[in-house]
Amino acid sequence: MNEYVFFQRALSPWMNEEGPDSDIVLSSRIRLARNMKQYSFPTVFTNEEAMQIIQSFEQLFSQRRLGHIGPFFLLKMNELQSIEKRVLVEKHLISPHLAEDCTFGACLLSEQEEASIMINEEDHIRIQCLFAGFQLKEALKMANALDDWIEQHVDYAFDEKYGYLTSCPTNVGTGLRASVMMHLPGLVLTQQINQVIPAINQLGLVVRGTYGEGSEALGNIFQISNQITLGKSEEDIVEDLTGVVRQLIEQERMAREALVKTSNIQLEDRVYRSYGVLTNSRIIGSKEAAQCLSDVRLGIDLGYITNVPKTILTELMILTQPGFLQKYAGGALRPQERDVRRASLIRERLYQWK
Amino acid sequence: MICQECNQRPATLHFTKIVNGEKTEIHLCEQCAHEKGEMFMFPHQGAFSINNLIAGLLNMDASLKEPKAPSFHNEHILQCEHCKMTYAQFVKVGRFGCASCYETFRTYLPPIFRKLHGGHVAHEGKIPKRVGGTLYVRKQIGQLKQMLQELIAKEQFEKAAEVRDQIRELETKLNAEGGA
Ligand SMILES: [Zn+2]
Ligand SMILES: [Zn+2]
Repeated sequence: MNEYVFFQRALSPWMNEEGPDSDIVLSSRIRLARNMKQYSFPTVFTNEEAMQIIQSFEQLFSQRRLGHIGPFFLLKMNELQSIEKRVLVEKHLISPHLAEDCTFGACLLSEQEEASIMINEEDHIRIQCLFAGFQLKEALKMANALDDWIEQHVDYAFDEKYGYLTSCPTNVGTGLRASVMMHLPGLVLTQQINQVIPAINQLGLVVRGTYGEGSEALGNIFQISNQITLGKSEEDIVEDLTGVVRQLIEQERMAREALVKTSNIQLEDRVYRSYGVLTNSRIIGSKEAAQCLSDVRLGIDLGYITNVPKTILTELMILTQPGFLQKYAGGALRPQERDVRRASLIRERLYQWK
Repeated sequence: MICQECNQRPATLHFTKIVNGEKTEIHLCEQCAHEKGEMFMFPHQGAFSINNLIAGLLNMDASLKEPKAPSFHNEHILQCEHCKMTYAQFVKVGRFGCASCYETFRTYLPPIFRKLHGGHVAHEGKIPKRVGGTLYVRKQIGQLKQMLQELIAKEQFEKAAEVRDQIRELETKLNAEGGA
């Protein structure tokens, strides 16, 4: 396999798997922040320290495997084009911070893209595991396995009282951020989401849109994650989040049922109108595309549309981001040109299943 | 978003200025924020708070500042030996510079962590196998040394000798593991 496929395919191979509750939970993610004892944290480290850290990882992973997981590919930020970095960000494989600000940043990426280890981001190491559907426990298991293997070879900064020491005090302790990406069109259409979000916030969890700026959630896709990392075990953090996600799944299912019962024809109309827009428009902005894709995905989940695969939402949400559009166009695009490209790309993609 | 000071670089720092209850958003690039740094370092004077950074929290909440060091000079005394970060800098940027910072600023951390982590101040989760292993042995040695002192005080020298041998055994084990 050649590294360039990471920048070509919009759907990571793991996304093709159908996880549990995948009608609502699109993906589950675990991130562990770790640092090495002997080096300053990336916010203040010297260039030599940064290079030593990268070198130690190059040696560690010379077998292309970390324990029994692999093969991995090492991508150095200063060797990538900015569009390539942007594509990795749009696929959620690396953070915008690593892509834009970390001169000595690098990323170890597994072939299936379910494991990604960012090096020299805000912390020396950030282990990330992504699973399809609702599989937080499985993701934690894999992240732990990678963590255990790395720990055999490097000295972690660990404190008896404060646990894993991190650059930012919000990550200290477990260094764990668990999150799920959820598609919640039912709660949005019934306007329940406005009550749900504050209630979740009160439980010490964070809700935000996965795409879009600030509080808006393009495509009705929300990310829910833990905020507290200290004073709770990894298992408890995941368990607490799981409990809330279970309730959200129930509420979303009930909202969808209620919509079908009370306004079946209106809902079907909405789904098919959106399908019509996506299959026919010549110019489409990211906001309208996201809304229509959300409607079509809901239509697939409710059985109105049967010829289009479920992955269409995630795939086209990623594929129609500016980085991917420009990658396909082979160069920079002005916003209006992007909207034209986006429309033709969506038409082409949907045409396959006509 | 472009920095509103230089109108050139992208704004990466976002501040909220509150004057008489009126909120104003300020967006700056790192460089301009640095140049204006003086202003943001004294939130109680300029009524500035840093929004998206932990520093916001640290600055807004007077109780999280160095409790017995109200003057500027005292804040500079507390400095990490390893990375040279001062407590004042830590409060300003909201990031530790290295693992030793945690040691240097230790006495000031519990109220900060309590605030950020829902009242928690101590780690409850995973312990790394290697580092955790020596941690466990070191704890054992500490306990045995205390026992040794007590036995000597009670003049139970025979038992004390046994305990001393145990300590030596554990210390050899610790050194063999690399002394970490
Ligand atoms: Zn500026
Ligand atoms: Zn330090």
